[in-house]
Amino acid sequence: MSDTNQAPKSTAATREDAALLPPVDVLEDAGGITLYADLPGVPKDRLSLHVEADVLTIDGEVVLDAPEGMELTHTEVGLPRYRRQFTLSKELDAGKVKASFEQGVLTLRIPKAEHAQPRRIEVQVV
Amino acid sequence: MYYRSMFPRDLLAELERLQREVPQTVEPGPSIRGQKRGYPALNVGGTPNAVEIYAFAPGLDPATLDVQLEKGILTIAGERKAPAVSEQATVHIGERFAGRFRRVVSLPDDIDPNSIVAKYRDGVLHVSVQRREETQPRRISIQ
Repeated sequence: MSDTNQAPKSTAATREDAALLPPVDVLEDAGGITLYADLPGVPKDRLSLHVEADVLTIDGEVVLDAPEGMELTHTEVGLPRYRRQFTLSKELDAGKVKASFEQGVLTLRIPKAEHAQPRRIEVQVV
Repeated sequence: MYYRSMFPRDLLAELERLQREVPQTVEPGPSIRGQKRGYPALNVGGTPNAVEIYAFAPGLDPATLDVQLEKGILTIAGERKAPAVSEQATVHIGERFAGRFRRVVSLPDDIDPNSIVAKYRDGVLHVSVQRREETQPRRISIQ
């Protein structure tokens, strides 16, 4: 699984396409990969996850309840969108991804395909 | 355990590494507190009758968040635990903040320390501080 961060395929990279890169943790164990991503300010219904070919895309839109007429005086989160892409490797089973999203933290579990799971091979003494 | 590819295979991987490392060498050194801006990231805004502070602090239990206002200084402190990593697991990427944090915002003089509302939703702490009524702009009628 590698981080691609590639620019969107469309040539017209408009301001709307600009997005922040959310920080992630990626852990791997024998059963698969666990990914955690920080997406603060994204409600559940504005988070989109999809796998196309072997590219996993995380896309989220920030919604804050700002009172009318508010002017920002100091900005550290300057874009209302997060996006990040990862290339999955072949042994990962993209069809069995489990996702949960709690208080701005996305947790993804991508299991390895059955045939790719490590197997202990019994050595028979003949 | 950290794993880093020792033998990057292609040009694209090398370019990616360059893209990551160049800003670090060109920009002035990082703050002694580690990150350039720290955790949580803050947005501060205002309206004529309130000051709004947004702290982007995902994955916290709101009960452990400590928000204090003293002499016009707002302090947001707490702790974020790192995800549990079993011994057999490998960490490929570890970018998320973990540990104790503390951020301080100096508020304007005209705020009312008795009317603060703090809400935590979708990983964002929103603190709204009303301004004192006598300082709000008002129209004076001419007799």
